[in-house]
Amino acid sequence: MLNEMIYLDNSASTRLDERVLDAMKPYFFDTYAVATSEFGYSMGIDAKEGLQEARGIIANSLTATPEEIVFTSGDTESSNMAIKGVCAALKKKKGQHIIVSKIEDFPVLNTAKNLQKQGWDVDFISVDSEGILDLDELKSKIRDDTILVSVQHGNQEIGTLQDIAAIAKICKEKDVLFHTDATHSYMRVPIDVSQIPVDMITMSAHTIHGPRGVGALYVRKGTPLEKWMDGGFQESNRRGGLENIPGAVGFAKAVELVTDKETEFLASMRDYTIKRVFEEIPHVTLNGNKKQRTPQNANITFHYVEGESMTLHLDMRGFAVSTGSACFSRSLEASHVILGIGGDHERAHGSIRFTFGRYNSMNDVDAVVDAIKEIVKQLREISPLYNKEA
Amino acid sequence: MKFPYTEKVLEHFKNPRNVGKLENPDGKGLEGSPACGDMVAVYLQVNPDTQVIEDIKFESYGCASNIATASIITELAKGKTIEEAKKISWQEATEELGGLPPVKAHCSVLAVEGLRAAIRDYEEKHGLVSEQEPTTVDVIRSRLKHVMNPMAGLDIIRTELVTKMEINDGIVRILIDLPSNHQFAANIKEEVIEKIESLWDVKEVNVVFTE
Repeated sequence: MLNEMIYLDNSASTRLDERVLDAMKPYFFDTYAVATSEFGYSMGIDAKEGLQEARGIIANSLTATPEEIVFTSGDTESSNMAIKGVCAALKKKKGQHIIVSKIEDFPVLNTAKNLQKQGWDVDFISVDSEGILDLDELKSKIRDDTILVSVQHGNQEIGTLQDIAAIAKICKEKDVLFHTDATHSYMRVPIDVSQIPVDMITMSAHTIHGPRGVGALYVRKGTPLEKWMDGGFQESNRRGGLENIPGAVGFAKAVELVTDKETEFLASMRDYTIKRVFEEIPHVTLNGNKKQRTPQNANITFHYVEGESMTLHLDMRGFAVSTGSACFSRSLEASHVILGIGGDHERAHGSIRFTFGRYNSMNDVDAVVDAIKEIVKQLREISPLYNKEA
Repeated sequence: MKFPYTEKVLEHFKNPRNVGKLENPDGKGLEGSPACGDMVAVYLQVNPDTQVIEDIKFESYGCASNIATASIITELAKGKTIEEAKKISWQEATEELGGLPPVKAHCSVLAVEGLRAAIRDYEEKHGLVSEQEPTTVDVIRSRLKHVMNPMAGLDIIRTELVTKMEINDGIVRILIDLPSNHQFAANIKEEVIEKIESLWDVKEVNVVFTE
């Protein structure tokens, strides 16, 4: 039954690639020793080699060195580690002020809010109507006691890409550390740390057809980072806990499998979706910037209709997408991203996010646009708002 | 396939009954929720001799629960007198649908409010409103039973979010047991004011949050 589903929610999670599973398998059944047992028995050496090879592949993807990669349980842990680690390290030395954007995903946003509760001074920088950060506001908010700026690379909902090179430069000039959450852009939009002075990067395997429950944090050599979760001395004493070697190996395999050609294809599915929707359905708004955008993301508001009704109709026809409508979330909160770009509840209410992945095709795009065209028409017919303004 | 709703909810969602609007309705109600953004409009055609609802239509700008509840409510109300229709409760509608997820109560209660608003509109237009009673704390309490506590999916009276209600000289003061910066504070305030300010003798509504 599930195989018939056309899955267009690839920013939530992706289908694992079989080749990733094949790469992981030996580390479950043959080389299952822990990496720290290298002085005990040879299987430990094999395990350590597997882990180090994976580390090297992740490092290479950013033009970093292997020592700069810390494996984690995913993007939530990576961002917690980065922000809480720097805050703990610099609290007494430099100050208690950090800066994040208003449209960060929950790992960064809620870490910042938690620190605020504990007495940290936090500034939330605005974005424009397309989600692009106000660089002047950022510059004006950096103070002598600012220790960290955390601004995402690609947005989780509207796909807007921030100019992290410009942000990194501002931070470098002001001698402030810069962390970016690249969960939704990693391997789709290149980051070269030898060119961009970013200090820390959050990554996750689950957005690129890798296993869930594994991610990494890039930490530039020399970055002051206190261990935020106590445990053993793994990951060069930066992250306690048994290494997830199968996960790390799977993550690295997923990285190797991403090609530029595939990424271009995701972008063409995105563009085709937007093109068809705008040509064939009236009263629609694109959320996010048209050009500065992650290749896999199309987010569109269909005015006068509600998102959960659309997703449920789509679900009944075999499509999986998501919406920023308050009705969709258990918390009844409208998307803070859509509200952050100056949209009202109505804009969030009718927003649909389509995110593409390796297993989608142009046929999927045609099928979902055909379906949503009918659904929107049907729901608008019963909408009191549409009748009034039509 | 698995859905978070009962088959009956899905059936009414897919094929909602009595959809649309009536030209020159005898009564019309429009209810909206600032918290979740849903809206529902209900239109009535009432026989002036028998007071029976002969036709009823609805429109929805809402989620599945909202659409399904509005649909079932029009079925329940059709053919009933306005006095009978007034008694249709949210519980009755939900039971008829085989239940709804608790977090969705908010969206579905709107449909019931839409029907009641349409009936009130009909009564006011047709001189059926009984003599205006002065607003008391009991009146306020019953109105606030229509404001949902989104965290619980039940109203703010039953979940004891309202800690105090006062009325003095047309000035109403409502104390809500939430910090003013709570994520739902602004929405709850808006809905409380909306429910109270329309009372004929209320001049001002003050909503006060705890620390």
